Amino acid sequence: MNIGDMILPHVKSVPPSGIRKYFDMINEMKDAISLGIGEPDFVTPWNIREAGIYSLEQGHTHYSANAGFIELREEISRYMKRKHGLEYKPREEIVVTVGGSEAIDAALRALAGPGDEVIIPEPSFVAYKGCASFCGATPVVIDLKAENQFRLTPEQLENALTPKTKVVIIPFPNNPTGAIMPGEDMARIAEILKDRDVIVLSDELYSELTYEGRHMSIASYPGMKEKTIVINGFSKAYAMTGWRIGYACGHRDLISVMTKIHQYAIMCSPTTAQHAAIEALRNSDHDVESMKREYNRRRRAMVDGFRRMGLDCFEPLGAFYVFPCIKSTGLTSDEFCEKLLAEEKVLVVPGNAFGECGEGFVRATYANSIENIFEAIKRIERFVNNCRK
Amino acid sequence: MEEILEILEKNNKLTEEQIAVMLGKSVQEVKEAIKKYEDEKVIVGYSTLINWDKTNKEKVITLIEVKVTPQRGEGFDKVAERIYRYPEVKACYLMSGGFDLTVIIEGKTMKEVALFVAEKLAPLESVLSTATHFVLKKYKDEGITFEDKEKDDREAVVL
Repeated sequence: MNIGDMILPHVKSVPPSGIRKYFDMINEMKDAISLGIGEPDFVTPWNIREAGIYSLEQGHTHYSANAGFIELREEISRYMKRKHGLEYKPREEIVVTVGGSEAIDAALRALAGPGDEVIIPEPSFVAYKGCASFCGATPVVIDLKAENQFRLTPEQLENALTPKTKVVIIPFPNNPTGAIMPGEDMARIAEILKDRDVIVLSDELYSELTYEGRHMSIASYPGMKEKTIVINGFSKAYAMTGWRIGYACGHRDLISVMTKIHQYAIMCSPTTAQHAAIEALRNSDHDVESMKREYNRRRRAMVDGFRRMGLDCFEPLGAFYVFPCIKSTGLTSDEFCEKLLAEEKVLVVPGNAFGECGEGFVRATYANSIENIFEAIKRIERFVNNCRK
Repeated sequence: MEEILEILEKNNKLTEEQIAVMLGKSVQEVKEAIKKYEDEKVIVGYSTLINWDKTNKEKVITLIEVKVTPQRGEGFDKVAERIYRYPEVKACYLMSGGFDLTVIIEGKTMKEVALFVAEKLAPLESVLSTATHFVLKKYKDEGITFEDKEKDDREAVVL
C-alpha cells in the first residue's frame, strides 16, 4: 500500500506553509531577532493566569457544556453588547471554541462544500484558504492592494461575487497587513452583502488592537447580524494564545450546527482556559488597554523605521503587523527574508506566504520589546542599504 | 504628552529621538516636554534599579514604622523632613493606619542601622515609637521582578 495514495487529493494539494524553513534556520542562530511570530510577546496578565490556577486547585477538571460554561457565554454576550452594541443570547447564539481557528474551521465545514465558493481577501491568515479547500469548496481570492491601504473595496467584492458564492470572509483588522476597515468602508461592504444569500465570516480576533477610531463589526450594520458569524477570541487581546480559547456569535441556526460539529470533533473547550477567560472578560480591560498603548508605540517606531530606510510602508492601524513593500531592493520577498536572516539575523516573513498578491512585501510583527525593535530596524536598514549598493 | 512619563518610568535609557518616534511627535516636542516635566519636578530624578544581592557589596535595608506627634501648624511635614534629610533614609512615606511614617533605611550592617535608629531617629522629640523590620530578600521593586523566570519562549508556529 502506498500511504500517499490513501490521502485525499484535495487535502494533499493544499501546500504546506512557506514560513517553516525560516523558523528552522533561526533556531540555529544566536542573537537573532524574530519579527516573524504572530503572537503577543506579553505573558497572559497574572489575574487571568491565577484564575486558571485557582480553577485547577478547586478541582474543576471536568468537561463543560459543549458550547462552553454558561457564565463564560454570558460574559461574552455582555462584551459584545458593550463593545459593539450587538446582542447575542448566551444559550443559543454563542459557542466557545478552541481558539478562533476552530470557529473558522467549524463555520466553513458547516457551510462550504463542493461547488460552493468562499471569498477570501488576501493577503490573509493562512487558515481560510486551507480550511475552505479541506471542505472541498472553491476559494475565490480577492487581491487587496497597497494603494487601497489593503482595504476591501466594494468594486473588488462585486467582481468576486457569483451565484455560487456561499461564504465571504471579512478578515479585519488584518493579519498580515495590519489593515483595518473604518466604519464608512465597512458600511459600503455591508450594503452590497445585506441582500445577498451569503454568509459572512467576520474574523475579528484583532478587534481590540485598533489604533485609530473604533473597530466596527460588519454584524453591526443593518441587515447584517442575521447572516454574519462573528469570530473572536482571547489570544490577541488578552495575550492568551496558548490557552486556545475563542468563540463564535451568530444566528441560532448557525451556532447550533457549529456546536454540533464542535461537540463531535472537540467535545468542549479546555475548562481551565474557560475559567481564565471569564476572569479576562470581567477584570482585564485595563490590561488590554495598556498592552494596546505599548503596541501602538512600537507600531509607530516600526513604521517610522521602515519609512526612513526608504521602504514604502502604508500606515497599518490594526493588529500588530507592519507590511512594508520591499520591491525597491530588487529582491523577491523570499530572497529578502532569507538574506536578511543570513546576513543580519532578523526574521521577517515573506508577504507571499499569505497569498500571492503579498509578493513584494514582508510582514514584520511588533509584538516584541521596543529595544529589540530598534535594534532590528537598525539591522534591516543596514541590509537594505547594502542591497541598493 | 503624559505618555512620556509612562515610557520613562519603565525605561529611561530610551533616547529623545526614540521616544519621539514611539509617540509620533517631533524630537523638539519631546525635548521640551521632558524639560518642562523636569522644571516642574514632575520628573524628580532618574535612577537605576539594582539587585545588590548579586554584587559583593554588603547592604542592609530596613523598614521602620514610626509613630510621631504632629507639630502644631506644621502637621507631619516638618517631622518627616527632619527624618528624611538624613542621607541614610532611602525613602519616607506618610501613612494612614496604625503608624504615621514609613522610613526605609539603608546601611552597611545591621549594627549601623540599629545605631541610626537608636541615636538619630528614636531620640527626636516628636517620635513616639519605632518598630524596625529588616528586609531579608527583595522579590520585586518598582514593578520589576528581580528573578524573572518568564522569558520569550514563543515557538515557531504557522500563522
